[in-house]
Amino acid sequence: MDWQAFALSLRLATVTTAILLAVAVPLAALLVLGRGRWLPAIETLTTLPMVLPPTVLGFFLLVLLGPRTAFGRGIAALLGHPLAFSFDGLVVGSVIYSLPFAVQPLVAGFASVDTALVDAARILGAGPVRLVLSIFVPLARRSLLAAVVLSFLHTVGEFGVVLMLGGDIPGATRTLSIALYDQVENFDYASADRTAAILLGLSVLALAVIYSTQKRGSRRRA
Amino acid sequence: MLELALDARRGSFHLQVECRLASPWTVVFGPSGAGKSTLLRLLAGLDRARHSEPVRGRLSFDGHALTDTDSGLWLPPGHRQTALVTQHPALFPHLSVAANVAFGLRSLDRASRAQRVDEMLTLVDAKALTNRRSQDISGGQAQRVALARALAPGPRLLLLDEPFSALDGVASDALLDRLQQWLQRNRVQTVLATHDVSDALTIGAEVMLLREGRLTALGPAAQVLAAERERIAQRLKTP
Repeated sequence: MDWQAFALSLRLATVTTAILLAVAVPLAALLVLGRGRWLPAIETLTTLPMVLPPTVLGFFLLVLLGPRTAFGRGIAALLGHPLAFSFDGLVVGSVIYSLPFAVQPLVAGFASVDTALVDAARILGAGPVRLVLSIFVPLARRSLLAAVVLSFLHTVGEFGVVLMLGGDIPGATRTLSIALYDQVENFDYASADRTAAILLGLSVLALAVIYSTQKRGSRRRA
Repeated sequence: MLELALDARRGSFHLQVECRLASPWTVVFGPSGAGKSTLLRLLAGLDRARHSEPVRGRLSFDGHALTDTDSGLWLPPGHRQTALVTQHPALFPHLSVAANVAFGLRSLDRASRAQRVDEMLTLVDAKALTNRRSQDISGGQAQRVALARALAPGPRLLLLDEPFSALDGVASDALLDRLQQWLQRNRVQTVLATHDVSDALTIGAEVMLLREGRLTALGPAAQVLAAERERIAQRLKTP
């Protein structure tokens, strides 16, 4: 069992989920409350990583963040190291790749909030920030939980983007999924069994948490 | 005084109203679908957010413009000193009754806020509900709390859209009586939308008759609703 990869995966998933939460909540609120012709464009860009092959996304990011582009060189000069093949680069890739898994549940949750409540809050003087924090977030807390769990698990399990953007550097970019790939390639099926079991266990546990929370919620409403 | 010059479209529905409402109480009377709720939502500033901005229109209250499409002015709902209470109380289900009433009182300190909440819940005869969860109270109680919540920030214009539909006649009359006195004391102009002719006649206010989005009459209740009153009297006489 590659504990280093396990710790790295958890660290990557935690950092990515925290960033995603900060980005996805205002983005979902904008998609639900916003007006204007540019909204479908934002929606398309937000959902794109869900349908784009991970290797394609990883390749684009590798080129964008690499020394071939002015953007990549600028970032490298700013951070003192290139983003490609680093943990920070993995975080950037994971945030983009898992963005739809954070935004979609939140959009569904926010959109299901009764518009009469939103109207009442606006008449009582709530601006967009208060509307999100005092009305949307507490009333869509199950969607928030779903967004957190899906983002976390999706990051733990990602492979294509990580391999393209980060490679396979132990302690820096080798996550559990990459470790599993290595173990299978080396015919170390005993270790691969354990790695796969951990990934499976995490997924089952997280889905059980989501569904049991949703069940409790619907029983309380009944 | 409320001045309206509206020409608003919502799908195939067309609302055209031009008038001045100077009476402390105005009852907007008309059948379902006449445009009463649309009018109140436009006054509250809510409908711009739903892409049904008036095609042409100006709304002003006591000389201050709330909406003026010619100059692109649109005051957000929270800046109009206007309250709206509808048939659907829309209490925030995750908050207690007290927290609902305090929602619009952020500018007050804690003690003043608590005092104001207490005062408003007493007015609507719902003080016993203070610490109850808002989702655990009845429809009639929720309508009382919604009224207290709307009045708490001290609006200058109160818009009521059939707000006591879940209350029985006696309770509704008693609440309306207390409310009228409070509004008069606090100089709050009120516009009540209803399709119930008895409401309009009981209040004895200025009545604005709305049919299919058009203003057809405006004047004292006894005059504007004379035909309706006659119809009810005939019905009562019939064995």
